[in-house]
Amino acid sequence: MSTLNIVLGGAAGQGINTTEELLTKALKESGFNIFATKEYMSRVRGGINTTTISISSSPVRYYREKIDILVPFTKGVVDWTSERLSENTLILGEKYLEQEIPSGLTHIVVEIEKLAKDLGNKLFANTILSGLLFGIVKADKKALNKVVEKKFSSKGDDVVSKNVQAAEKGYELSEKICKEYNFSFEIERDSSVCEDIVINGSEAVALGALNGGCNFVSFYPMSPSTNVAVNLADIAEEMGIIVEQFEDEIAASNASIGAWFGGGRGLVTTSGGGFSLMCESLSLAGMSESPVVIHLAQRPGPATGLPTRTAQGDLNLALYAGHGDFPRAMYAPSSIEEAYDLSTKAFDTADKFQVPVILLTDEYLVDMYYNVKTLAVNDTVDKHIVEMNSDYKRYKLNKSGISPRGVPGYGDGIIIANGNEHDEYGDTTEEIGLTTAMQEKRMKKLEGLKAETLKPFFYGNDSYSVLMVSWGSTRDTVKRLVDKYEDKGLAMLHFSQVYPVYDASDYLKKADKIIAVEQNITGQFAELIHRELDIKINERILKYDGRQISEEFLEKELSEKGVL
Amino acid sequence: MAKQSKLFDSDRPKSQDISWCPGCGNFGIRNELMDVLEEMQYKPKEIAVISGIGQAGKMPHYLKANGFHTLHGRSLPIATATKAVNPGLEVIAIGGDGDMFAEGGNHLLHTIKRNPNITVIIHNNQVYGLTKGQGSPTSLAGMKTTTQPWGVYDEPMNSIALVVSQGCSFVARTFMGYKEETKEIIKNAINHVGFSYVEIFQNCVTFNKVNTFMWYKNNTYFMKDHDVTDKEQAMIKAFEKDPYPLGIFYVNKEKPCFDNHLPPYKDSAEPLYKREPDFDKIRKKIEQKRG
Repeated sequence: MSTLNIVLGGAAGQGINTTEELLTKALKESGFNIFATKEYMSRVRGGINTTTISISSSPVRYYREKIDILVPFTKGVVDWTSERLSENTLILGEKYLEQEIPSGLTHIVVEIEKLAKDLGNKLFANTILSGLLFGIVKADKKALNKVVEKKFSSKGDDVVSKNVQAAEKGYELSEKICKEYNFSFEIERDSSVCEDIVINGSEAVALGALNGGCNFVSFYPMSPSTNVAVNLADIAEEMGIIVEQFEDEIAASNASIGAWFGGGRGLVTTSGGGFSLMCESLSLAGMSESPVVIHLAQRPGPATGLPTRTAQGDLNLALYAGHGDFPRAMYAPSSIEEAYDLSTKAFDTADKFQVPVILLTDEYLVDMYYNVKTLAVNDTVDKHIVEMNSDYKRYKLNKSGISPRGVPGYGDGIIIANGNEHDEYGDTTEEIGLTTAMQEKRMKKLEGLKAETLKPFFYGNDSYSVLMVSWGSTRDTVKRLVDKYEDKGLAMLHFSQVYPVYDASDYLKKADKIIAVEQNITGQFAELIHRELDIKINERILKYDGRQISEEFLEKELSEKGVL
Repeated sequence: MAKQSKLFDSDRPKSQDISWCPGCGNFGIRNELMDVLEEMQYKPKEIAVISGIGQAGKMPHYLKANGFHTLHGRSLPIATATKAVNPGLEVIAIGGDGDMFAEGGNHLLHTIKRNPNITVIIHNNQVYGLTKGQGSPTSLAGMKTTTQPWGVYDEPMNSIALVVSQGCSFVARTFMGYKEETKEIIKNAINHVGFSYVEIFQNCVTFNKVNTFMWYKNNTYFMKDHDVTDKEQAMIKAFEKDPYPLGIFYVNKEKPCFDNHLPPYKDSAEPLYKREPDFDKIRKKIEQKRG
């Protein structure tokens, strides 16, 4: 076995997160590649949340639904995950869950709650469980002890030693179970993994922004975008940046424009509903030619939709938001590494072209995490600002459409920015000639943006017949299918920049069949390709239930289309 | 006519054709503001005027100073952020009664709470000018407008009571017809560390036939012997009308100022555009994720 899928399921507030944290950290320290993705309900207590932890000998980047080991912390978990279970699934659970287990499935009774009570506190259950799962994959016990010690060190020696004991108990239990049921999961280890960093999508967006010179963060809390702000607030003092929670999204995005105007580099983080409120300010950024970077973490809409689940349904919103015409750029990272890189790049693009840049992620991407070697840090940030002379003109007309941007106080001149149509100085005008020239100047920047558009990722055999077109967080699951079925003439074209659209006509025209793979009900990106490249994509694989496209889902859909 | 300041007078081409109606109270406010800034020895490059939309919102175009003519109601968050990243600037937000009390009402409440070190000047003419004569949040009951031809049925918003109740750290009201007093109030507002609220009654010669220049003269008076540190007294004064009290209602120098809590300025007041990101610290943050 090369990849083991462990799923922890329980009610919100039960401590699944503690087990997940201890386990994944310690497994990585032991030399296993880890990948984790969660699905959770919009509630603080109760309900059922699950975390899928993939443990592997090689890096895992795709989502597989099937569960190898299920650990239900509470009643109802088995039923909630029933579609992901098979006869090969092992269920490790308390005795009282017995009547819930469907016939044909293996229930291994583990009395962790009792063991925890014997140790003096039911809270030890999470550590015992970590030890148990750790033992099942025969990981290095020392690594777990190290992680446990670090995790509880602030709570005193007694808590630390009790938790170490708890981990030991779990480990012992695993040995007993493996012997009794005669199973083992041997996964090859890679010692270089021990030195990897473990990072999630939110952290990657946050650190990427800092790497792009971000020093002002404005937001209003909204799942699943808030963790980016939480991460930055946590280190604001240390990094010397401003992080402010505003009264609403309208204020948050306008404040960001104010920060850029004043010479700062602002990041806004929000989700679809909040972004809707920012449309007016996006238009102000367009007219006043203010750089803006908005991280839009998608969740299913319309309206409140499914607050804690995932989707790719806000592409049209981001694309068409704001009254009037003005250029913009939209990135859609396909991985944690790319979330970091494109978050950095968003700042440069916004600054260089003086346009709004939208970073489209989704709940799946911001909440997932895995181990990576490292993330590259810049040496410098190109600020794209100029010192103003006494006759400075903010909107000076020129060929590129990009007028050098000043900052109040920098140089002897002054700067006038304006949301009304304006002359070169920035003062309001209604003159026909100027109005026309300014409209054209602003749209001229789209040509520059197009010239710098990221090339899509092509993968598969050059003599493909079927081409899957995808964008954003689905890349590596789509790639998994291409790897599996390359002999069927399957290839993929994946976009990490969704606007401007790269002219990929050659790739698209070569295919006998093009299939758009998206997580919305209409195929928003396929429609955009039709609009931009005049190529119609009739075949679609769409998922819009708030859950990420999985290997199994895509396999089934492709089979039904007669591709496999 | 009193001597007009030249330093803050704009010589840009579009500034020469001021679009306010002849006799508009905005002219007086503009003159007072230019005088104050010059008397306080500011240079144009040190001032940023952030305006919303409305007749008052056009102000940046008629001044020689940094300016941003933004959106209706949104000048306060923009001004707050501009000041936060560029602390050496003197930031003045400008808007009318529609801008600040209607469209931007929530921002006004929260800017009071946040208490950034900026000044807001609210031109209150109790009517909508730019959109031609609709009722505003401060229009008096009974006033007939283009969109309330039957007469405004509800009572006006008590803006002074509202902002005092929220603990705004500097609250003043004046009438533009009292030049020296208005200048003195603006000066105090700019000097105050925290969010300074200055409401200026002004006449709208075209659309408000009720609250005329003479009406304001006859229906206002300057408070004497008013203790500006006494919030309860300020609230009592806020409810007085016919005549309406003018002057500084309330000052709270103890209220924590937003800008004083910002992490970038613990050791240096340098504006952010002059700084480089600390890449070593970013590298360290990434390293810490090795476990």
